[in-house]
Amino acid sequence: MASLDEVFLALPLEELDAVALERAQSKGASAAEIRIEELREQYLVLRDASVEGTSDDVEIGVGVRVVIDGSMGFSGTVELTKDGVARAVDFAIEAARVTAKARGRRVELAPEPSYGLVEFVGPFEIDPTSVPLDERVGLFTAWSEQLLLAPGIDHVTASLHSVNENKHFANLAGTVANQRRVRIHPVIEALALDESDFETMRTTAPPVGRGYEYLLGSTWDFESEIASMPQLLEEKLSAPSVEPGIYDLVIDPTNLWLTIHESVGHATELDRALGYEAAYAGTSFATFDQLGTLRYGSQLMHVTGDRVTPYGLATVGFDDEGVKAQEFDLVKDGVLVGYQLDRQIAQEAALGRSNGCAFGCSPFMSPIQRMANVSLKPAAGVGPTTQDLIAGVKNGIYIVGDKSWSIDMQRYNFQFTGQRFFLIQDGKIVSQLRDVAYQATTTDFWGSLVGLGDRSTYLLGGAMNCGKGQPGQVAPVSHGCPSALFSNIRVLNTKQESGR
Amino acid sequence: MNEYLAKALEPAGVIIESVIAEAAPLECVVLVEDRFDADVRFANNSTTTNGIRRERRVIVAVFHDHDGGRAVGIASRSGQVDARELVEATRAEARRGAPATDASSLISSSAVASDFDQAPGETDLSLFGSLLGDLGDCFARARSAKQVLAGFATHEVETVYLGTSTGIRLRHEQPTGSFELVARDSTGIASTWVGRGTENFADIEANAIYDHLAERLRVSTNKIDLPAGRYEVILPPDATADLVVDLSGAMSGREAEDGGNVFSRGPGETQIGERLTDVPFELSSDPSLPGISCAPFLMTAASSADVSIFDNGAPLRATNWIRGGVLEQLCYHRAGARRSGRLFCPPIDNLRLELPGATKDLDDLIRSTKRALLLTCLWYIREVDPATLLLTGLTRDGVYLVEDGEIVGAVNNFRFNESPLDMLRRVSEVGLATRALSRESGEWMNRTEMPPLRVEEFNMSSVSRAI
Repeated sequence: MASLDEVFLALPLEELDAVALERAQSKGASAAEIRIEELREQYLVLRDASVEGTSDDVEIGVGVRVVIDGSMGFSGTVELTKDGVARAVDFAIEAARVTAKARGRRVELAPEPSYGLVEFVGPFEIDPTSVPLDERVGLFTAWSEQLLLAPGIDHVTASLHSVNENKHFANLAGTVANQRRVRIHPVIEALALDESDFETMRTTAPPVGRGYEYLLGSTWDFESEIASMPQLLEEKLSAPSVEPGIYDLVIDPTNLWLTIHESVGHATELDRALGYEAAYAGTSFATFDQLGTLRYGSQLMHVTGDRVTPYGLATVGFDDEGVKAQEFDLVKDGVLVGYQLDRQIAQEAALGRSNGCAFGCSPFMSPIQRMANVSLKPAAGVGPTTQDLIAGVKNGIYIVGDKSWSIDMQRYNFQFTGQRFFLIQDGKIVSQLRDVAYQATTTDFWGSLVGLGDRSTYLLGGAMNCGKGQPGQVAPVSHGCPSALFSNIRVLNTKQESGR
Repeated sequence: MNEYLAKALEPAGVIIESVIAEAAPLECVVLVEDRFDADVRFANNSTTTNGIRRERRVIVAVFHDHDGGRAVGIASRSGQVDARELVEATRAEARRGAPATDASSLISSSAVASDFDQAPGETDLSLFGSLLGDLGDCFARARSAKQVLAGFATHEVETVYLGTSTGIRLRHEQPTGSFELVARDSTGIASTWVGRGTENFADIEANAIYDHLAERLRVSTNKIDLPAGRYEVILPPDATADLVVDLSGAMSGREAEDGGNVFSRGPGETQIGERLTDVPFELSSDPSLPGISCAPFLMTAASSADVSIFDNGAPLRATNWIRGGVLEQLCYHRAGARRSGRLFCPPIDNLRLELPGATKDLDDLIRSTKRALLLTCLWYIREVDPATLLLTGLTRDGVYLVEDGEIVGAVNNFRFNESPLDMLRRVSEVGLATRALSRESGEWMNRTEMPPLRVEEFNMSSVSRAI
C-alpha cells in the first residue's frame, strides 16, 4: 500500500525547517521556504536481451528560497546538517542581495493560505525502485527475447526508468507538506533490416504515476502489444512511402498527447507569455492581452490543466510553493481562457492566486512554473470510437505512437512524426505508410479539429523529462486525450525532405 | 535515520579509500563528483531567478567474477555517504548479476596524481560582481531604447576524483561557464542572441555584446518576408555547432554495426574509412586543446552502447573522427573495440570542426556574398530519420538577408529539415574555427570550436511566424 516513506520522515526535518525559517526571518526575509527531498532514480537498458547499462541513484538535499527586500534568492546543498542549512540560507540571502543590483521589478508572491501539516501520497502498490535489479532484468530480458525470436527482428533495445520521490516542504506561512509519489516508464523498440534500409517499432505504453505493478497488471497489455510488433514492423518495412500532400488525420492519443504538450501545454504557461523564458524555452503566441479572446481552435476544443488526476505525472497534493493542487480551464469552446501559474507570475498578472504549477526538479533547483497535466476533454456521451472517426475519412492517415517532435519558440510552427501510420481510403485502413511527418501552425491545426472520440478512446499519455528553465530542469507531466480527427493537414515525406 | 547524512562532508580521498577497503577483495571503481555552481537569470530588463549550489555524488561500481564472466553492481548516492551501505548494495547486485557484455580488466596504475588530495574547486556569485553592474547599465540602456533584454549567466566548477582498487588515483577540476543575452524590440517584431562559452567570465563584456545586439536590431527594422525553399545560407560558428554536435552524437560504433544509424554499412558493418564529403573537413576531439581543454582520462558513472564503466581512468588522446572528409573513427569501448576489431575510442568532452588552412572569419564570408541568408542560431532540433540523420528544427533570434556583401534586413524564421552530414557535402566555403556555443546543446557540450560555413541549398521547409 502506498504510504509516506518512514525512513525519509526520520530525517531531522523539523529541526532543519526551524534552522532555515527562523534564520531567514531573523535576517529580514518576507517569505522563505525549505524543501528537503530524496529522489531515487533507476535506469535499466538492455540491448538484444543483454544488460547494457544500469544506474541506481539516490539524491538527497535541501533547497532554500527566500524573498528579501523585493528580491528572490535560492541555494541548494547536499549538507543535511544544521550548519549546512544555515549556510544555504545565507547563500540564498546573498543571491537575492547581489542580484538586486540589476533588478528592475520587485518580487512579490500571490497569497496562499497556510494548510498546517498536510500529506499526499500518489497511489501505487509496489515502489518501482524497490524491485531487485535481477527481477527487472528478468522481465525485460523475456520481452526482448520474445521479440528477437520473431522472424524479421534484427535487434531489440529495452529500457526502464523508475523513480521514487519523497518531498518535504515548509514555509514561513506555516504549511508543512510531506509528499511521496512514484513513476515508471518502460520502453521496448525493435529494429528490422532489409537489404538497403531499416525501420523501427516502439511500444506505445505511456509513462505513468504508478508503481511496478504497471508492468505486471492489466492497466496496459504489454504482452499483446509486444506480440503484435513483429508483424507491424514487417508491414512497415515494406509499406509504401507516403505521398506528400494534404490529408485528414485521425490521431491516436498515443501520438496526440505530445502535440497537446507542445502546442497547448507550453503555450499556456504565463511565465513564457510574459517573457520570462525569452532567452531559452521561448515565449508564446498566446499573449496575455488575448486572454478570453484568442480563438485557439474549433468549438470542440476544451483543454484543462490539473495537478489532481489520479496516476498523472504532474499530480501532487501541494506544489513547491505550498499551493494546494487544483484543476482549471485553459481553452474552453476553442477560446483561450486561462494560463498555468506560479505565485510570482499570478501576483504580477494580478490574477489573485496561483493555480499550483511551481516545481523544482531536485532539491538543488529553484521552483519555477512547470506544466500541469494538460488534457483535452473527450466527446460527451457514447461514441464516436476511433473506428467511427476513421470511417468518416475519405483520404487520410491514422497515426499511432510518438517519435520525433519539434516546435518553434512561440509555439506556432510544429512538426511531428509517429510510430505507425495507416493510410485511410474511403473510411477504411488500406495499409501502413512510411516516412510520414505532419506539419502545421498551432491555431490552424486546432482550428481544423472536426471530431473527438468518446471516453472509451481516452488515454493518459505523457513524458518523464519535459525540459524548461536555466539551469535546465526536467519535469514529469501527463496529458489525457481521446482520439481526434483533424481535417486538411500538411503531410511531408521525410525521405524527400532529406533530398533523397 | 541515516546517521551519515547528518555528518559534514568528508574529503573525497577519504571516501574513496573507505569504499575500496570495504569492497576488498572485490575490485571496484569509485567516483566522487564535487560540484559548486552559481547562476543568475534575467528577463524583461531585470534579474529573475538565481542559485548557489553545492552538490556531491559518489558512484561506486563493484565487480564480481562468475564462471561465465564478470558482473558489475553500480549505485550512486549524494552527500555524505555510508561506504558500507554503498558497497553492500553494489556487491549484492554484482553477485546476482549476469556477466557484463562490456567486461574488461580494470585500468591499473601505481602512481597517485599529485593533486589528488587537493580540496575541490569552488565558485560563487562573486564571479558575476562586475557583470551584474554592467547588466544593470545594459537594462537601463535597453529601457531607453524600448528594447527588452533576457539571458543567463552560469558558472560551475566540477572536481571529479577517481579511485580504483587497481591503483588509480586521479583528480580533474573542470570550470564551465556560459553567458547568453537576447535582445528584443519592445513591439516583438525582432529578436537576436549572443552566446559565449567561458571558463572564468574574464572575457565577457556585457556592454559590448549588447552593442552588437543593438546593431542587429537596428538592421531588423527592414523586415523582409521570404517563402520556404532551398537557400544559400551562412552559418556562424554557433549555428554550425548546433548541427555538428548532433552529428557527433550519432557516432556510435555499436549502433552503426546494428544497422540503425547513418554510419551503418549493412549488418555488422560501418562506414569507417569511407569518404563522407569531398570537403576535407577534420572533426576532432582533444583534451589538451587550448581554451577548451577537458578531462584527459575517462570518467563514467554507467555503461552505455559505447562507453564502459570498466574503462574508467583510461587516458584520452587527440582523436580524429573525420579526417580529410573521411570517416576515421566511431565510438567504441574496449570490449566493443575487441569484438569489432576497431580501436578503443571513448567520447571526449570537446569538439572541433575545421578545414585546415581556412582563415576567413564570418565578416569575410558576408562580404563575399552575392545573396544568402545569414543565420544566428538554431533551435528545437530533433532527429526525424536516423537513416539519413535528417534533423528538423527552427531558425531563431535573427535570420538576415545578405545582398552584395551587406546585411540588408531581417527575414522571417523558418523550419528546416536538413541532415548535417548532407550539409557538409554542400558546403561551398569554410572559415576559421573559433570558440562556439550551441544554443540548444551548449548546456551539455559547452566546449566547441567551429567554423562559419557557407552552405548551398539549405532546406527551409516552411515559414515560422515566431519571433
